[in-house]
Amino acid sequence: MNLTKYLKNRLDPLYGETEHPETKRKILLMTHVVVGYPSLEANWKMLEAMGEADVDLVELQMPFSEPSADGPLFVKANQEALRNGIRWKDYFDLMQRTSSKFDFPVLMMGYFNTTFAMGYENYCANIRKNGGEGFIIPDLPLEEYGDLWLHSQNQKLDSIMLCTPTNTEERLRKICARGSGFIYCVARKGVTGKNTDLGQSAENFLQQCRQYTDLPLALGFGLSEPDDLRKLHGKADIAIVGSALLKTWEAEGENGYRKHLMSLAAARE
Amino acid sequence: MPTQSITPDASGYFGEYGGKFIPEILYTTFDELIAAFYKAKADPEFWQSYVDVMQNYSCRPTPITPLENFAKSLGGKFQIFCKREDLNHTGAHKANNCMGQGLLVQRMGKKRVIAETGAGQHGVATATMAARMGLECTVYMGSVDVERQRPNVFWMEQLGATVISVTEGAATLKDAINAAMRDWAESMETTHYVLGTTCGPHPFPEMVAWFQSIIGQESREQMLKKNGRLPDRIYACVGGGSNASGIFLPFLDDKAVELIGVEAGGRGLESGEHAARFYGGTVGVAQGYKTYFFQDDEGQMLHTHSIAAGLDYIGVSPILSHLHDQKRIRFTAATDDAVISATKQLIRTEGIIPALESGHAFAAVIEEAPSIPDGTQVLINLSGRGDKDIFNIAEAIGDKKWQEFLKAKAMSQ
Repeated sequence: MNLTKYLKNRLDPLYGETEHPETKRKILLMTHVVVGYPSLEANWKMLEAMGEADVDLVELQMPFSEPSADGPLFVKANQEALRNGIRWKDYFDLMQRTSSKFDFPVLMMGYFNTTFAMGYENYCANIRKNGGEGFIIPDLPLEEYGDLWLHSQNQKLDSIMLCTPTNTEERLRKICARGSGFIYCVARKGVTGKNTDLGQSAENFLQQCRQYTDLPLALGFGLSEPDDLRKLHGKADIAIVGSALLKTWEAEGENGYRKHLMSLAAARE
Repeated sequence: MPTQSITPDASGYFGEYGGKFIPEILYTTFDELIAAFYKAKADPEFWQSYVDVMQNYSCRPTPITPLENFAKSLGGKFQIFCKREDLNHTGAHKANNCMGQGLLVQRMGKKRVIAETGAGQHGVATATMAARMGLECTVYMGSVDVERQRPNVFWMEQLGATVISVTEGAATLKDAINAAMRDWAESMETTHYVLGTTCGPHPFPEMVAWFQSIIGQESREQMLKKNGRLPDRIYACVGGGSNASGIFLPFLDDKAVELIGVEAGGRGLESGEHAARFYGGTVGVAQGYKTYFFQDDEGQMLHTHSIAAGLDYIGVSPILSHLHDQKRIRFTAATDDAVISATKQLIRTEGIIPALESGHAFAAVIEEAPSIPDGTQVLINLSGRGDKDIFNIAEAIGDKKWQEFLKAKAMSQ
């Protein structure tokens, strides 16, 4: 699949370059699952809800013992998933089931030690074999990619790069030049799971990134409510909601989760 | 001013180890730190200001003490000396790095420092530096270590630091590092992260090793002056590797000097409950750098164990990993039991109370004593003093009177 083209086609022609003018989405939605937390069964229920909501993109996080870019909720989720005995096989089994069953494209998200331990070639082959379209590695700056570029290209995977508001212009240009699929714009400083003020500074940052790339721009870190998505109409192409949904699952269970997810999905239009 | 005989390449690698695996949000902060560090490193006045501070505030140069009684108790015909880092202000070599980074913080104009701590020594040293230099200070400490090292927590708080008990993961040093990194990802504009050892992303290994190399430089001069020659062997305990790097690196080009790093053997290497990365570890990438880690075959970090909180860590300095592969440093391990026994022996024979971390180096010398040739001169880095370990040592020794004292104290509250 050409991920970039897929994403652009799902956006309202006023906002994107769609070939399907019936589409009314002013922003797309990417959601997140920490594989194995609270359980693989719960993950499946989340994914089914995502399928029903026609979520545009899903990242499956491979748990890691040292998730240093994550906030408290995902740290706990990583830890508990490992305590639940999640191994590579469990992870890729879920990826396989997900990509076979649902229409949305799936990305692998995980820390670099997993990639390193698996070997670059195996890592990319495993993602491809199990139906993934690309990967996000939050602790891997572009200078450290090495042969991972080559192997991801061989498997036609997109390596999703992160841009942050603390980057210099020169750095943003470099990151955008290496990115493929879409660009993951980190809305603010800090780790995942805290609220973000989606004011002028986020808008300026998105505009800045827009100068350096034609790829769709995804905004993540701290988005939680339908209003957050509406505020981003016409500014970002994809809204990423991770911790907020997991928090709802923990507080209100499956029904609350579905309700929250549906309200986010509806806020795309 | 010292020249470092081992420096990383432009990407921060020592051989294949090191690098800079950081979240993008911190990229600019690291660039700024690297620039500030290299500017300071190239400036002889900066090094002189560091030496001055250490002389006026932290008892440098620390002495070399001959340990004749201890050597005699081992029955060999060799000489043992120790470098007295325990006499540093705050009781360990950690002060060197903290005061050095503190001077750098002043140059960078930041107002707040954060730190991780295992045994608490680095936390106390950072809190002390912050008090002296007028900086705000937050220290992250695993809750397991908070339990083990309450006296250090007390002193950090008295020094004005906020101590945050980290309950995530194994709730030890590695988790305190993750927590400090998370703080920094948000606070970098006003805050410097005073990493306590020769680990983490570039430039920390190089920078911390540079400040700590004052130990080896002094030792080299002192041994030459005292004995007219260099020691034959140098022993140092290895957790993250800062005291070992500090004493070893200035001797790197002295090929005849054997360098021995002593890791935490815990309950024995065969038990799996230890922190000997060069025995049970494999190469991986975590906490921002590439090195030998204590991890499973899918790259998940394993629990480490040591009686000494300061050695209870999953990774090891990329500098030491490189020198390990090059066989320039030989690594061995000492068990908890051997360390307690060595600590008692040093206390009794020389009236010196070593930290349990440093006790590992002494335990290795005791173990190897039968094979140390006559006439050998051995230098041991006594990296810290053991007062802080009174609760652990007393418990391990099983001192009845101490237990009664604790009970009485608790009852009277």
